Amino acid sequence: MTATAAIVGSGNIGTDLMHKLLRSDLIDPLWMVGIDPSSEGLSQAREHGLQTSVDGVDWLLAQDVRPDLVFEATSAAVHRANAPRYEEAGIKAIDLTPAAIGPYVVPPVNLGEHLDAPNVNLITCGGQATIPIVKAVSRAVPVSYAEIVATVSSRSAGPGTRANIDEFTRTTSHGIEVIGGAQKGKAIIVLNPADPPMVMRDTIFCAIPEDADTELVAVSIRDMVAEVAGYVPGYRLLDEPQFDPPSPATGGMARVCVFIEVEGAGDFLPPYSGNLDIMTAAATRVGEQLAKG
Amino acid sequence: MDVRVTDTSLRDGSHAKRHQFTVDDVRNVVGALDDAGVPVIEVTHGDGLGGSSFIYGFSHTPEQELIKTAVATAKRARIAFLMLPGVGVKDDILVSADNGAQICRIATHCTEADISVQHFGLARDRGLETVGFLMMSHSQPPEVLARQARIMADAGCQCVYVVDSAGALIMDQVGDRVSALVAELGSDAQVGFHGHENLGLGVANSVIAYRAGARQIDGSARRFGAGAGNTPVEAFVGVCDKLGIDTGIDFFKMLDAAEDVVAPVMDQECLLDRMALLMGYAGVYSSFLRHAYRQAERYGVSGPEILVRAGERRLVGGQEDQLIDIALELRGR
Repeated sequence: MTATAAIVGSGNIGTDLMHKLLRSDLIDPLWMVGIDPSSEGLSQAREHGLQTSVDGVDWLLAQDVRPDLVFEATSAAVHRANAPRYEEAGIKAIDLTPAAIGPYVVPPVNLGEHLDAPNVNLITCGGQATIPIVKAVSRAVPVSYAEIVATVSSRSAGPGTRANIDEFTRTTSHGIEVIGGAQKGKAIIVLNPADPPMVMRDTIFCAIPEDADTELVAVSIRDMVAEVAGYVPGYRLLDEPQFDPPSPATGGMARVCVFIEVEGAGDFLPPYSGNLDIMTAAATRVGEQLAKG
Repeated sequence: MDVRVTDTSLRDGSHAKRHQFTVDDVRNVVGALDDAGVPVIEVTHGDGLGGSSFIYGFSHTPEQELIKTAVATAKRARIAFLMLPGVGVKDDILVSADNGAQICRIATHCTEADISVQHFGLARDRGLETVGFLMMSHSQPPEVLARQARIMADAGCQCVYVVDSAGALIMDQVGDRVSALVAELGSDAQVGFHGHENLGLGVANSVIAYRAGARQIDGSARRFGAGAGNTPVEAFVGVCDKLGIDTGIDFFKMLDAAEDVVAPVMDQECLLDRMALLMGYAGVYSSFLRHAYRQAERYGVSGPEILVRAGERRLVGGQEDQLIDIALELRGR
């Protein structure tokens, strides 16, 4: 069956998400809520036959027919205010903000675990891009420490990310631990203003046992990359996983290092902003799973 | 005092030392610099608070231990620390303040000042003095830097530095940038200059920065820093003496501190060699130097070529991971 959906937030993320949902066989996006009536997002939504409003969640909840799903692409503060109202109305919420009210979800890692939760959270773009790799390593061998470096083009980092960069590092670090399976996680984000803009890159370092079966780890990583590429076509391994023995440069730990590039699908946002594409692609994936029930 | 010098041997020098400073190193260096009258001494991992990592290198000693040691050792000098939003977090600032550090220096790439707003606000609320670093300042024209400096000043930054992370700025280019910041900031914030020696111009650039209105200047005893090192504090002090610019630092004591105390802590002198000159010439972030050497050795490729490609890819500070990718590319995938 098809689930009906509303998108709350008509900015870059909300609009890009709409294009992905319009392509989905399982989700029918019917409503978009924004704040600026002349915004490009609301205008595109009307062109595609969605009902739009700038009157917030009150308008959405006053509709005769309510959506099955709501995708929230506003801000953490707005989502914190809206979330209880969605739950009260029996609408499942997929949260693309850093509010993190519901459990973290990374589709290829734990999508099946939270199908009954009223609210799920997508962590961060860096988390969506890197936690699958941490999990790929930790399902093969114990990971005592994992560190990720997400580099995104300056143009694809919006004002929300910029004002709250600490939220990105803290939330992603936490996700590396609780979803990725590393005992300790660390996240670093770097913004690069090069023009033409660089495509999102992520580097994942995992501390592994000195006697780890490197082929087993490498196969697990390649499998996971293929799985993510199933819903984010521009997700790819740049190099073979690199294994280093313990040395002073690695803090005395054996490690594996994985280089990823994430090119976006170019729906609403340009292809370099893979960081935004992986969020909307993951949200779509989660929504489809919820629609299947 | 006409100009306030900050010695960054124990922060920028951390790159050259591969982040292996010990408590004894910090005690000895802070003691000597303090005795020479250096007013501000910066102590942190080279990549700022929270920099201890796979990508940048793990610290031998937890940086808060080093900060505590510096605070306990200094009689007159104030202890500063560096943090890069995206690497460190607000809690790191609070812990450093609790441990007695007094000056919070926050660095962003020179087009990304707005990621520092929350950190400046927190630092000022905590009663810390604040300094802002616009890294890789050679890569942007003066008017762009001035706009970015305004963002930092409005967020609570009390002195915005033109930071020549690549050691690529040449004399008038420093003066033009400092002048633009002075004109923009007026009495709202001071202006500073942080130089590197990759084209051999640290002292000259710092004098030009002073003449253009900079009132805080960074340097490192014995050039102890990334790339070919930083502006040598002892040389800058000597030149200032000759020019009648008061730094408040005793030239002769500074000579002894640099030679007798700082030099023995260094693994090797910071040289103006081929790799360092390439960094200045190609505009490459100075702390890439040690990492480029390591990846060149690990993958059997040319170190200079790694640096040239880092310049071509327009990598910014913090992208040390990409040097591995470049080495793999050079080796042939």
